[in-house]
Amino acid sequence: MDMKPVHIKRRSTEESAGFDRRIIDYIQNAAAHGLYEIRGLGAKRQVPHFDDLLFLAGSLSRYPLEGYREKCTTKTLLGTRFAKKPIELDIPITIAGMSFGALSANVKEALGRAATEMGTSTTTGDGGMTQEERGSSKTLVYQCLPSRYGFNPDDLRKADAIEVVIGQGAKPGGGGMLLGQKVNPRVAKMRTLPEGVDQRSACRHPDWTGPDDLAIKIQELREMTDWQKPIYVKVGATRVFNDVKLAVHSGADVVVVDGMQGGTAATQTCFIEHVGIPTLAAVRQAVDALEDLDMKGTVQLIVSGGIRTGADVAKALAMGADAVAIGQGVLFALGCNSETYIRGDQHFSALEGYDALGTAPGFCHHCHTGKCPVGVTTQDAELEQRLQPEVGARRVRNYLKTLNMELTTIARACGKQNVHHLEREDLVALTVEAAAMSGIPLAGTNWVPGR
Amino acid sequence: MERVSFDLAKTPLREVNAYLHQQLAADDHRHVEVLNPDGAHNIAVGLDQPVTVEIHGHAGYYAAGMNKDATVVVHGSVGTGVAENMMSGKVHVKGFASNGAGATAHGGLLVIEGDAGLRCGISLKGGDIVVGGSVGSFSAFMAQAGRMVICGNAGDALGDSLYEAVIYIRGEPKSLGADARFEPMTDADYTTVGELLRKAGLHHDPKTFKRIASARGLYHWNADANQEY
Repeated sequence: MDMKPVHIKRRSTEESAGFDRRIIDYIQNAAAHGLYEIRGLGAKRQVPHFDDLLFLAGSLSRYPLEGYREKCTTKTLLGTRFAKKPIELDIPITIAGMSFGALSANVKEALGRAATEMGTSTTTGDGGMTQEERGSSKTLVYQCLPSRYGFNPDDLRKADAIEVVIGQGAKPGGGGMLLGQKVNPRVAKMRTLPEGVDQRSACRHPDWTGPDDLAIKIQELREMTDWQKPIYVKVGATRVFNDVKLAVHSGADVVVVDGMQGGTAATQTCFIEHVGIPTLAAVRQAVDALEDLDMKGTVQLIVSGGIRTGADVAKALAMGADAVAIGQGVLFALGCNSETYIRGDQHFSALEGYDALGTAPGFCHHCHTGKCPVGVTTQDAELEQRLQPEVGARRVRNYLKTLNMELTTIARACGKQNVHHLEREDLVALTVEAAAMSGIPLAGTNWVPGR
Repeated sequence: MERVSFDLAKTPLREVNAYLHQQLAADDHRHVEVLNPDGAHNIAVGLDQPVTVEIHGHAGYYAAGMNKDATVVVHGSVGTGVAENMMSGKVHVKGFASNGAGATAHGGLLVIEGDAGLRCGISLKGGDIVVGGSVGSFSAFMAQAGRMVICGNAGDALGDSLYEAVIYIRGEPKSLGADARFEPMTDADYTTVGELLRKAGLHHDPKTFKRIASARGLYHWNADANQEY
């Protein structure tokens, strides 16, 4: 028997950490087009998040409440500082500002219906208030953005609260963006723009600069509405400690802090991934600022940016937030990145649509194209039919309901009759980074890095 | 058609604005005077009735902000953001205006007899602005619709990133902004300028004005634009 040696051809497959396939693809894409990538949704990179915190529930040293029997309230009051008519919500989970333009009118209506059923609020966006949203949403927050697209005193008076948007977590320091394919006749008219224009909106407000001006601007909005409506100030999370203090100084009733995981309908990828700080770090800095000013409880804090689950909500509240706002989570609830869309009770495949965009369910971030295969982020007359308001409303309501049940489950386990009684002491951190950012001790220790 | 008068030295601004919003229509007053404004901010904001409000003295920020249907006359100068986001009606400033005059105005007519500061008519959305004097830098920045008539000169970057708004200027801009360009005046332009000057009560020959509008080169992403804007 011949014994021949076997020669195995060795293939070199050592991937570079610095120039991995993702970076090579990025460079080659840049080389081909000479233009940066624009996409939707939020940061995809891994950052310290609420997943890096855990709850210490009741045991011998703390009593838990009966999970299924004892009452745990979720009532939430916002805007108690100056407004004659504060916002009263049944749950501390609100729907974040997303524009008509980025989303279809059907989606705006679905969000309004779901929020109304759940006793929470929705928020307009960079593009004004639609009839669909005002009609369906019992509590509607009206955004005052740098672009002021569609901004007008009649809608201002119809609003339940006003949110002055300074920045957005996905792109603090950047203005809105809506590419031409989504600027259909109705969107163009609402924004006073030529149809099909690549709309790049301003990043600074046109009629004020700096916190002293903002104080006067807020006073104007109060005078306009005879001091009835709460005024929120929304900042993208960067220098949160100082920004929150300045927002309070400017007279905000509520401060909204949006972390870097927050979504967008269209922004440069370099912006989404490299600007701003994680929500986890932002919450702590915001709460520190309010406590430093002795304003905790007087000025409410809403936290957003990558809130996904009831546990995330509970952790944000325990860290000191009064409420959270969710954008991307409700889009996924509506069917974003789902393989199918629903008509009546039937599912239809949306795979062809993903394929045409060069992506697949689970990876799609092509909101900017307006060709959303499930009809959520589109202005296309045919595609938007893939999301019917009643179907969307039911799914978003179920999602919010689930989050709220999870929130109260955790709160009861921690022995709280009110979700707002969750406190930092109920939390521990899982990683050194999370402990340092959140100011919450590493599990099993009393160590907070830097303290 | 009685006149009603408020003295801001005696009555808090909040009461005056609340009256203008809530009581005015029932009282059927069509003429309101505000005395001793003393540079107060937010005077006569959010009006939505066909009333004439005369402010005797200087006003601070956002005078007549978001005006609708009303006529507001300021016998003095105004701070930042006069008639910001105006929807309709008329705001007439006898003196000078600070920054952001007529910012984002969707409609109506803003007249400033003197000069206006930086960013006059920024993000204009359909309103008309007539300035008797000169305007500061970055005026009509990103102006989307509406018309601006400048009887004097303009600072730097006039009409930067213009959309469909049109600027008429009698003097010279220090520089034009990105994508703004001079265009020939047509008969329709002369008529427009004449009409706006007449409404503003200013006397100039429309033939002495030049037209500035958007070259529309920034309407779409353009990789070859080399960050010129």
